[in-house]
Amino acid sequence: MPVQLDVSTNLLSLAVDDSGVATLELDDPTASVNKISGETLNAFTEALDILDAQADLTGLVFTSGKPASFIVGADLEMLQNFEIPADARKLSGEAHDLGRRVRSLDVPTVAALHGPVMGGGLEMALNCDYRIASTANATKMALPEVQLGLLPGGGGTQLLPRLVGLQQALTLMLTGKNVYPEKARRMGLVDALIHPPGLTAAARRAAQQLARGELSPDREDGSWGDRLLESNPVSRRVIYQQAGKRTEQRTRGNYPAPPRIIDAVRTGLEQGLEQGLETEQRHFGDLVFTPESQALVSLFFAKRSAEKNPMPDAARSVDTVGVLGAGLMGSGIAQVTTENGPSVVLKDQSLDLAAQGKKSVWEAFEAQRAKGIINAFTRDQRTERVVPTADYAPLRACDLVIEAVPEELSIKHDVLSDVEDVVGPNTVLASNTSALPITQIAEGVDDPSRVLGMHYFSPVPDIPLLEIVMTEQTSDTALATAYAAGLAQGKTVIVVRDGPGFYTTRILALYMNEALLLFDAGAEVEAVDEAMKDAGFPMGPFELFDLVGLDVAAKITDIMGDALADARVTISDSAARLAETDLLGQKTNVGFYRYDADDAADDKDPEGVNEGVYHFTDAPTRSTPPAEAIQDRLLLMMVNEAVRCLEDGVLRAPIDGDLGAVFGLGFPPFRGGPFRHVDREGPGTIVDALERLEARHGDRFRPAERLRTQAAQEAFFYD
Amino acid sequence: MAASLPGRTAVFVDGCRLPFQRAGTGYADLRAYDMGRMVLRSLLTRTDLAADRLDRVVMGSVVQDVNTSNVAREAALAAGIPNTVPAFTVTMACISSNQAVTSGVDLLRTGQADIMVAGGTETLSDPPVRLQRPVRKRLFQARKAKNASDYLELLDGISPGDLIPESPDIAEFSTGEVMGESADRLAAMFGISREAQDEYALRSHERAATARDDGRLDEELTAATPPPDFAPITDDNVIRADTSMEKLRALPPAFVKPFGTITAGSSSALTDGASATLLMAEEVAEAEGFAPRAALRHYTYVAQDPETELLLGPAYAIPEVLDTAGLTLEDIDVIELHEAFAGQVLAVLEALRSDTFATEHLNRDAAVGEVDRDRLNTRGGSLSLGHPFGATGARLVMSAVNRLHDEDGRWALVSACAAGGQGHAMLIERRAE
Repeated sequence: MPVQLDVSTNLLSLAVDDSGVATLELDDPTASVNKISGETLNAFTEALDILDAQADLTGLVFTSGKPASFIVGADLEMLQNFEIPADARKLSGEAHDLGRRVRSLDVPTVAALHGPVMGGGLEMALNCDYRIASTANATKMALPEVQLGLLPGGGGTQLLPRLVGLQQALTLMLTGKNVYPEKARRMGLVDALIHPPGLTAAARRAAQQLARGELSPDREDGSWGDRLLESNPVSRRVIYQQAGKRTEQRTRGNYPAPPRIIDAVRTGLEQGLEQGLETEQRHFGDLVFTPESQALVSLFFAKRSAEKNPMPDAARSVDTVGVLGAGLMGSGIAQVTTENGPSVVLKDQSLDLAAQGKKSVWEAFEAQRAKGIINAFTRDQRTERVVPTADYAPLRACDLVIEAVPEELSIKHDVLSDVEDVVGPNTVLASNTSALPITQIAEGVDDPSRVLGMHYFSPVPDIPLLEIVMTEQTSDTALATAYAAGLAQGKTVIVVRDGPGFYTTRILALYMNEALLLFDAGAEVEAVDEAMKDAGFPMGPFELFDLVGLDVAAKITDIMGDALADARVTISDSAARLAETDLLGQKTNVGFYRYDADDAADDKDPEGVNEGVYHFTDAPTRSTPPAEAIQDRLLLMMVNEAVRCLEDGVLRAPIDGDLGAVFGLGFPPFRGGPFRHVDREGPGTIVDALERLEARHGDRFRPAERLRTQAAQEAFFYD
Repeated sequence: MAASLPGRTAVFVDGCRLPFQRAGTGYADLRAYDMGRMVLRSLLTRTDLAADRLDRVVMGSVVQDVNTSNVAREAALAAGIPNTVPAFTVTMACISSNQAVTSGVDLLRTGQADIMVAGGTETLSDPPVRLQRPVRKRLFQARKAKNASDYLELLDGISPGDLIPESPDIAEFSTGEVMGESADRLAAMFGISREAQDEYALRSHERAATARDDGRLDEELTAATPPPDFAPITDDNVIRADTSMEKLRALPPAFVKPFGTITAGSSSALTDGASATLLMAEEVAEAEGFAPRAALRHYTYVAQDPETELLLGPAYAIPEVLDTAGLTLEDIDVIELHEAFAGQVLAVLEALRSDTFATEHLNRDAAVGEVDRDRLNTRGGSLSLGHPFGATGARLVMSAVNRLHDEDGRWALVSACAAGGQGHAMLIERRAE
């Protein structure tokens, strides 16, 4: 019989079985998951003290008392409460001390891993002699600190490369990506796999066998070439340089964490473990206090708060979703819906078109199967949930119908009215329009209280945002149901009020318009795109024009035209003029850039700028302003309009504005979003910059009133 | 008045099938499992039945894929039917999905199930090809092989001919006779001429083509959108609307050469397809707001000598169900008789009208009766619509029910023959709309 040992902390329990193997079970009674904090580190230390005094100890197993996770990482609220870098360094140092103690125990240590094993949790496991993971789908391992602008501060930068090799370790730490059990076993990150119910007993057996010398980890993996490459300092230097170069290309120097990660790894491998730990600890303290990390951490919390339906009780269950229009948007919506459970009735004008939408869904799942993410059966099962049809009748069972038909008010009215004829009175009707006012769309149906906007972003499976647009008539039930459906699709949901272009389209339209005005004045397409990518956007505005299509962009300008073309905004008609001559972008293989007609990708790589496009400008010569000037104009145009959306009540809170811009439009995450950006730069600085732009370029840069007020009061959007 | 079966009444609520496709065409890349999930999903969608209301799924299948040997279960899971709903597969050659339907009837009658799906699925595009026995035997032994010399030892005694894979034998296992030979023999026994067979085949295609063109098949068809290209398949493609007596006369005998009477034109073609019916206990259907379209009444299975009467099952099964129900052929408005071969159908009809056959084989004083051709297979049959072995039986049932409503009849009779010398017949009674 296992004997429970007395511990003063309530964060963990300790038991020793007949064979002398102790099991340390971490189980924070105040939270649903275990996190690494000063308290947990202290609890671990106390446990080790107790075990030191334990005679006849033969092994130690680390496990979690949570049914669905091991340790999900560091307590981020604790990080936010640190006052100076030394606080963060102290935590890192404590984790290092604990790690040293675990590694120097004279009995074998085994980590039993089930569910998410993240960040500091994985680092804890890395200190053990042996790791067993459960084969559950939920089991995954990662060092995701880089995504929060941090580095693994619990020894990860040192222990991981020593376990799985330099190149694999760098990839994991620089991307923060998840490793699933089979892969973890192959790369040596874990030593064995077992079904969840057998996990802890297996870990104890492993400890016994290790203690008796009957078991030794089999970590011969890693290709011969990799080992050769990583075995000497000269080729390792090449690896560091290449990793640095790749990171620089991807981040354009906007993110401070990746170079620090590489530095900590290099120091450790070239100068020894203790030097490496010291470097890791130092960098960790610095990174916690970078504005980039703080912005990323704030986004993390914002995203998490958006994951809670504000009115869960008002939501009706959504078992079947109708999608009208089986094009790129419709099939994307169908895919994210069926991927997570509900069935989809996918309607288009003909069965052929609807079936092509189903084909896209199948292709996405088939790609996942080819990568080993799902098996063929799961692909089939998910695909089979999509029922293609040319008729309205099969929509009758739908709890939610989302239209993704062409952006014509009359078409929207027609289809929604046809839908209303076949569905029940509780079915929520949603429009995936990107710009048409939902209030006008709702005029086409008998019961406008069931109508709202569900604005998805293309490509739907890749862009995490769902912007729900409510009108004054939208019912709580409809809103809560749509919110729940969006969460079920894995989306980050924001709710905004109706208005021309709602929130995201409105601020994007002005940003894109500003790019066109630059173009009209003679700026070079590629230079503008480069400047904005340097500023942290995933693609430049002209690349984006080509991706969404100049015709679509012109249409949005057209729809929003009345609302935007008041005295303060100059609207460029260049998009429309290009569209008229069939320079539509990727779909016609020529827009601002030229594309290879044989490129079948959804997002093609440009072959070069379409020089002919400059015939559309009136500018006598080509002259591009400095990158900083371009960045200021575009970024501040977007930021200023975001604040106006808050003034107008389109946005209900700054947090929605930040989430919407970052997760829907690719606003640079390290800036945290438009509102976080204002807070970080200071409202006064922003107002000054806008006023300078106003003086130079006109009224459209006039600072929003709210900005002036906040500048005057030195107030911030966030506390 | 007909006596009823004991227990609750099993009713047919709805049924559908994928358009049947000549093997190697529309569904060439699919497995039986793929077609099974598609048809189950279609049935659920068109009936709005919540899948968790199902108590059982049963499907017929003949040529089995070892990876999905209980194809009903895999198809049901992939179709989104909850994993708590048991599913089983039955096999009885060409009457497999008749067996699926009657298994359903019994579960419903006895109260073991309230709502169930019975159907069938079959691909003949991808028959399982096996390595020959000497190779299989060595592969089995190879599991224990440890080193190169063990493996080399296993190669000892293998001849190159052993390495040629074997296709499944299409001959009757017990007699070694191909089914077409048996049908040819049967036609000869009953004096069925080549001309009569060709005429019957022609009529089957003409009727199927007409039914397709005037939309009578639409009710039972559900479009298939098979991967990887997802081009919709909406119609049967076995039907030959352009065939003629001239063309049929020109065909050589297919099985008994050179003087046999059965040709490819008067034989059912290798076909892929799937079918499914939604069956309920009548009281449950009414309580749940489903309108029963027909009641599934008496049924029987019979079996004879697979050598001499391989395909004559209906001649035995039909009188048996009629007698049990107290009906005669006169009372039957709709007959759906499986058409394996034109010669087989005509032999069955001949047997039914034969006093001699009645006295010698059925222990009756007089013939069972004359089948009215205007009530028989008015929408074509297996010759023209196609014959995916495991899916045909449920097709016959849904076709009979739909015809009862279209042709305004009360009683339908479904009957079919099967390899192994077995046969089946079932009576179906229309329920008011």
